[in-house]
Amino acid sequence: MNTQHTPARTSAVRRSAAAVAALGLVATLAACGADADAATGGDEAASLSIADTWVKATDEGMTAAFGVVTNDSDEDVTIVSATTDASPTAELHTMTMGDDGSMTMVEKDGGFVVPSGGTLAFEPGGDHIMIMGVTEPILPGDDVEVTLTLDDGSTLDFAAAGRTYTGANETYGEDDTEHAGHDMGDMDMSTDGATDAGDDH
Amino acid sequence: MPADGTSRRSFLQGGAAVLGGAALALGGRAVVDAATADPADAAAPDDAAGRATVAFRGERQPGVTTRPQAFAAFVALDLVDGFDRDALVRLMRIWTDDAERLMAGTPGLADQEKELAAVPARLTVTFGYGPRVFEAAGLADRAPGWLRPLPAFGVDRLEDAWTGGDLVLQVCADDEVTVSHAVRLLVKDARTFTTVRWVQRGFRHAPGTTPSGTTMRNLMGQVDGTRNPDVGVEPALVWSSDDAGPAHAGSTSMVVRRIAMNLDTWDELDRDGREKAVGRRLDTGAPLTGTREHDEPDLDAKGPNGLTVIGPFAHIRRARSENTAERFLRRGYNYDDAPAPGRLSNSGLVFTTFQRDVDAQFVPIQRRLDELDLLNEWTTPIGSAVFYVPGGARSGEYVGQRLLEA
Repeated sequence: MNTQHTPARTSAVRRSAAAVAALGLVATLAACGADADAATGGDEAASLSIADTWVKATDEGMTAAFGVVTNDSDEDVTIVSATTDASPTAELHTMTMGDDGSMTMVEKDGGFVVPSGGTLAFEPGGDHIMIMGVTEPILPGDDVEVTLTLDDGSTLDFAAAGRTYTGANETYGEDDTEHAGHDMGDMDMSTDGATDAGDDH
Repeated sequence: MPADGTSRRSFLQGGAAVLGGAALALGGRAVVDAATADPADAAAPDDAAGRATVAFRGERQPGVTTRPQAFAAFVALDLVDGFDRDALVRLMRIWTDDAERLMAGTPGLADQEKELAAVPARLTVTFGYGPRVFEAAGLADRAPGWLRPLPAFGVDRLEDAWTGGDLVLQVCADDEVTVSHAVRLLVKDARTFTTVRWVQRGFRHAPGTTPSGTTMRNLMGQVDGTRNPDVGVEPALVWSSDDAGPAHAGSTSMVVRRIAMNLDTWDELDRDGREKAVGRRLDTGAPLTGTREHDEPDLDAKGPNGLTVIGPFAHIRRARSENTAERFLRRGYNYDDAPAPGRLSNSGLVFTTFQRDVDAQFVPIQRRLDELDLLNEWTTPIGSAVFYVPGGARSGEYVGQRLLEA
């Protein structure tokens, strides 16, 4: 019966997300052009678009955002960092195989290159945008704002749609003891054990 | 190994002969097609049924007047505690997005079995709300008066397992794998919002197996649905118009009744008795007073014995009202589930109807059938649910948005 309850972030996001075809099927820079900070610094961002953007819903802690970035230009573009309104910290992560053959995630040194005329997929079990220190729940059906910064300083903003998801339980490498033992999202790692996504396929 | 060589060679020769025959047959067929059919038809790929899509966006939801697909799943869900207006908005945004993607033959946003989305097969997803959605969303004043359980009927033997529900998904496609995948994804989408109350699956003839426009048959062997109205001609039978206000424009209602058929006692009835019970012939579906399926029944015609040809107890007489407003669109599916131990069958109909106003259209007819219908001897309603079907999602909207915001 509560008709008023609308988290602050939700309403802010809904306003901006309305431009993203309501549902984020495709968020291009053009579509986000109304956002004041859609593109700043250089102009590399103008050649990028991102589609199918979503984030694993979580009550707190860590989670990850996903989507497919397309580079329509004749030059490779490098994504060097990520930020989000959902938490103070976001990092670009990739998966690496440990000595025992299991996949663990580590921060991507130097960022990700989106090849000229090609795509870069952020996806569960692969490269992803790690979101750490979530304190306000990311609810399924809400959007969070994510900004990718490119090496020329320009930025690509998009709304990632919250989805309940029980995959994407990547574990950290042992060198990253700060986060060891945590999983992305709110799922039951304590009972599920450390699931190494994509480990045996 | 001469023996092996011989047998292998003769197999190959036989195979070639078969292939040659097939090629000849295909060649002959192609000539016929070229002579009689549109060349575009002859060129249709053999997976055309799988590739076909239905438009998702519009004033009205798909899956109502869409020509019925071969397979259906009806999933009733109950709201979790704390479900409120904000939750409804979030859930409908998620469902709208994934339904649109799936109906286009593309994976859902967080789809973990993406390849299963590649065969849309005229997939439709239709969303319906039970009374609790209106209450939870603070919209009780917008709930239509008819949105409540149907009145109790004497023939009912309702089971909780098939009755009620706060939300419903109707998922239909011409491929059962497609239905299964869509249901899986949509139920996963909703897992923090709802719990599954019941699932009913149903089927009709597979695509390409009967001429298009053929009325379905139920598992009692009857042609079932001959009298369905043409909603294109009479939209007001199903759809709320702008007169209903912007919140309800394009909406309708869905009744889902699970009708068990006792095929084992039906077996005891001979063909003449079966036809008299319904008032139609089994072979053509024609009324007993006519020769073709769509002939108008003559309810006054009397036989040599002075009795009406279509008896006072016959289903088609009882299902017909003098009041032409008391009609609705039937869109049912057969079910044939595993029988209980010691039983031979567990079959029936997921009897699904769409109408603008349940109380004005559906209930009066059901009262007539409850009072008298010889078919009641072999059929028993064991489930019942009523849902409001909000208007469709126009461009930029989620399903149900106008109900909430108009």
